[in-house]
Amino acid sequence: MATDVTDVRARPEPIKAVPVRHPGRWAAVAVLAVLTAMFVHVIVTNKAFKWGFIFENLFNQPVVDGLLRGTLLMTICAMAVGIALGVIIAVMRLSDNPILRSVAWVYTWFFRAVPRLVLLAVFGNLGILWSRVEFGVPFDTQLGALFGIPDLHLRVGGFTSRDVFAGFFAGLLGLALSEAAYMAEIVRAGIQSVDPGQAEAAEALGLSRGQALRRIILPQAMRVIVPPTGNETIAMLKDTSLLIMVPVTYELFFQLDAIGKRTFDPFPMYTAACLWYLALTSLLLVGQYFIERHFSRGYGKQDRAKLKLRGLAAEQGGGGGGVAA
Amino acid sequence: MTDQPMVRAENVHKSFGRLEVLKGIDLEVRQGEVCCVIGPSGSGKSTFLRCINHLEKINAGRIWVDGDLIGYRERGGKLHEMREKEVAEQRRAIGMVFQRFNLFPHLTVLENVMEAPLRVRREPKAQVRERAVELLSRVGLADKVDAYPGQCSGGQQQRVAIARALAMRPKLMLFDEPTSALDPELVGEVLDVMKSLASEGMTMIVVTHEIGFAREVGDSLVFMDGGVVVEAGAPREVIANPQHERTRAFLAKVL
Repeated sequence: MATDVTDVRARPEPIKAVPVRHPGRWAAVAVLAVLTAMFVHVIVTNKAFKWGFIFENLFNQPVVDGLLRGTLLMTICAMAVGIALGVIIAVMRLSDNPILRSVAWVYTWFFRAVPRLVLLAVFGNLGILWSRVEFGVPFDTQLGALFGIPDLHLRVGGFTSRDVFAGFFAGLLGLALSEAAYMAEIVRAGIQSVDPGQAEAAEALGLSRGQALRRIILPQAMRVIVPPTGNETIAMLKDTSLLIMVPVTYELFFQLDAIGKRTFDPFPMYTAACLWYLALTSLLLVGQYFIERHFSRGYGKQDRAKLKLRGLAAEQGGGGGGVAA
Repeated sequence: MTDQPMVRAENVHKSFGRLEVLKGIDLEVRQGEVCCVIGPSGSGKSTFLRCINHLEKINAGRIWVDGDLIGYRERGGKLHEMREKEVAEQRRAIGMVFQRFNLFPHLTVLENVMEAPLRVRREPKAQVRERAVELLSRVGLADKVDAYPGQCSGGQQQRVAIARALAMRPKLMLFDEPTSALDPELVGEVLDVMKSLASEGMTMIVVTHEIGFAREVGDSLVFMDGGVVVEAGAPREVIANPQHERTRAFLAKVL
């Protein structure tokens, strides 16, 4: 009966109301427009920028070399090692074994407490601690002394510190170990964000814990892990400029800074560095967009929207059929 | 062999810290039997179900499934804890369906069903796929294979979860309040699937609030309260003529 009534009633006129005015927004737009105009004006008219000088050196051979080897390659390597190690430490942090848990905690505590600049200086100078690093039985000389064998050396090989704890490798160690501490926290938060019912369902099906982690938990944790990891990658890209402490000379900022110092004209080179970092970061943002889209499978707004559309179409097609039974 | 019960629980105790949830459960479920477990929330019925596939470790007592002691090995009068791998092996034979479905949201419906046979049994992919499609059409979801769980209704998700458990060819199915999280109009479609499963001879233990299902499909009915089995017997008898005061009070509330 009720449906009859709605059929008879006429549809009322659509609402035509005067929208609320927002004078504050217009004022804000005006202020920002003036500030933007001033900024553009400075860039165009101030001679100290020396745009010609900037573009002359932007694609300079040592600069591009430093960009590729010191900045890009280092970012990729440090993040790869940092993420891998970070996952391991995060799993240790969540382990049932109290020793593994505390070791992981001490690791993150140490590497988050020491600034990267200082860490890089330390790793660049490890050669002062050990001039030679060798592998073999630990405490061999001490053990030898204990059993009356003087100067016992049970070693299979080694390297001179100067060859290894210098340049690229020392820088990689410092950045990657520090990154692992931050990634461990991010991965832990990601794993903990996944419903415990997922692990239970996986175990009930007979999957091992490792399989459950790799196949079920981590792929879902990725949704939470990827955005902050993007941030970390961008931060890492910029932190490669700290490699000067190792020192690593094949690096973008070191090279541009060197040109600035040599020509007694540092400011244009700093602007050039800004331009390069802006360009590289923008590139990373594009990559992050696609990775995030990949890991939001089964959650995405697009999926929901598609479903809604399908439902609507079914409804308008005379009801039913929307939910298959 | 045929006389051996599918599930035998003997004096099972379980505590969480100082809270004792199970205080000595004895239960036998024959092969092909559908055993329904009812009781107020907090009575320990879900916990007991989770003990059967060792998702919870019991503190005392024994549970056997198809003659195998669950979670432990008895050797020289001593109990040895099983390795994770051996526990996983025992669980393959026991399917479980959860109240909140617990489908894997990042995998499609078909992938959800294929995951365990592929990774655990390492069966060839084409064969697994064929069987998964067959199972999904059996639960009435042949048109949903490529959907993600988030695109399915609750009833559909629960039917996928049943197909996922069946994909491992279990000897025993555990249902933990399979219809409690569903909208009322979706309960029927899940119960229908369970009914047809029962008629095919699957051994099932069903923790449920659906008294109608218990009466119609169940071979036995167990009423639990406060961590003990208060009353057990043929469903129609227990429901029509409860012997215990607590059973009477509970049934009066839910019927």
